[in-house]
Amino acid sequence: MSAALLEADNIVHFLGHGAGRVQVLKGVSLSLRGGELVLLMGPSGSGKTTLLSIMGCLMSPAEGTVRVAGQSIAEADAEMLAKLRRDRIGFIFQSYHLFPTLTAEENIQLALDVRGERSRSAKKAARDVLATVGLAHKRRSFPLELSGGEQQRIAVARAIVGKPSAILADEPTGALDAENGQAIMRLLADIAKDPSRAVLVVTHDPRTLPFADRIVHIEDGRIVREETANPARKVANS
Amino acid sequence: MSLKFRLASRNLFHDRLRFIATIIGIVFSIVLVTVQMGLYVGFRQMVTTMIDHAGADLWIIPAGTKCFEDPSLLDERQRFRALAVNGVAEVTSVVIGYAQWRLPNRTTTPVFMVGSELNGLGLHPWNVVAGRTDDLAIPGAVAVEQSYLPRLGVSGPGDKAEIRDRSVQVAAVTKGIRSFTTTPYVFTELDRARLSTGTPSNKASYLLVRVAPNADVDQVRRDLRAGLTDVEVLTGNEFRNRSRSFWLFGTGAGAALFAGALLGFIVGTVIVAQTLYSSTKDHLNEFATLRAIGSPGRYIYEVIIWQAVLSAIIGFSGAAAIGAIVARMTAESALQVVVTPALTVALLLLTLVMCVGSAIAAIAKVVRIDPTLVFTR
Repeated sequence: MSAALLEADNIVHFLGHGAGRVQVLKGVSLSLRGGELVLLMGPSGSGKTTLLSIMGCLMSPAEGTVRVAGQSIAEADAEMLAKLRRDRIGFIFQSYHLFPTLTAEENIQLALDVRGERSRSAKKAARDVLATVGLAHKRRSFPLELSGGEQQRIAVARAIVGKPSAILADEPTGALDAENGQAIMRLLADIAKDPSRAVLVVTHDPRTLPFADRIVHIEDGRIVREETANPARKVANS
Repeated sequence: MSLKFRLASRNLFHDRLRFIATIIGIVFSIVLVTVQMGLYVGFRQMVTTMIDHAGADLWIIPAGTKCFEDPSLLDERQRFRALAVNGVAEVTSVVIGYAQWRLPNRTTTPVFMVGSELNGLGLHPWNVVAGRTDDLAIPGAVAVEQSYLPRLGVSGPGDKAEIRDRSVQVAAVTKGIRSFTTTPYVFTELDRARLSTGTPSNKASYLLVRVAPNADVDQVRRDLRAGLTDVEVLTGNEFRNRSRSFWLFGTGAGAALFAGALLGFIVGTVIVAQTLYSSTKDHLNEFATLRAIGSPGRYIYEVIIWQAVLSAIIGFSGAAAIGAIVARMTAESALQVVVTPALTVALLLLTLVMCVGSAIAAIAKVVRIDPTLVFTR
């Protein structure tokens, strides 16, 4: 099996303050290895998104260790975490979070621009990835001119254009119909075929199950079950 | 065009109404600052216009004189003492003072007489647009300012009026020698100025000194100070500064102009700060997304600063155009709004400082941004 690209070890985390303080993660460990698509499933409030935020270096855990490519991020400050995110992690959000004043192509370029990549090759990379998600013909369209499925495909393109080793997706199919949801999951499953990359999908959506290599169930801040998908069931890899 | 700049400009122009309100705010603010500072520059130039055109190396003035328009009198014997000082090439008397100008229709109006010897050093009219300066040698001849002709009841050279019951005749007409007091300057020959202002024949308002070509001005000044009593010996620059200081700060006029400019600056800063802050708040989600995808903090600050700079440049362009119109409209007035190239550059820098400074509140907002917002919105 490939080495872990992203690891969370015995993570404990709290949200809120004072009397409203709640322990949302109670010693969670999860690793993400190259070439796999992992689904993180659980009911609302189970701690899925908090775990995704911590594994995505968006927040630091109260206790426990997060390692990116084997390196602990415990000592990293906000700017170092931002650098880790831009170099190694791609995000996909349920509500896309595209920039409404930028075109599809510019939204993708932005992920390279924040890394200081502004050459012609960066522009070409944005166009190539736009073609990969099947939207080359929409490169000049603004997000409001695109359907939900198209916007999410642009978001996927933005997440992968910098070739991060880990893609973290929060309910990527949550706002999409069945057809578009399948298309997005197919794209993510394709990315996860690359042994140097892995995809972690936080989801409630049972339609995503056929695409998973591994399914991790989380409840009340604890991982309660982990399943390895039956290869025969995987439509994306077929 | 950089993506950062594109994002900044499109965010800025996206909400057109807010953008227009911002630009109007900046234009209003900078026009206010321009007018106040332009008035200051105009006032500053106008209060020293006589000193600027005297061409003297040194001025001998009655001790305690506050400004050009408010002199006491000197004894003419000081002139001869000054002439005896080594290094002094020429000393000439100047007489100034208020007089009553009687129009042909027998009404009167106050005028400010400026009299000096007609040859050599002195305070002679400049920018003569009609008649001849040399004709001031004709008995009763005076030079008047073109823009005051209607007020003086004359139309040009050859027209007559009276000062102190003595007939005067316009020999030359100048253009642009205006007084901020709105009292017209009337140039004439030295003795006629004495008669017009009631100055005794052995008195003068100022003595203008020209230093010999190879003489040391500072040394000559020291010698003049040592040799003369109850006077001050100033360079043109010192007298200019004293006059400006009196009119601008002694009277509070300058402070009022600066206060107006400061008010404009504050209004502009608040308007731009408010706009940038609310724009940043509206786009908080986008900034959180930028942060989540790994943007360095500096990248986000630069987007906000670009918005501020764009607002500054567009707002300043509008303000500069209006400022130029105001300057043109006041060119012939008693108190001009003078917009010099240096003032224009200073105003541009001020606008940039104002707008970029205004971005601080917006930047403070995004400094604290939580990238996990992207999961909750």
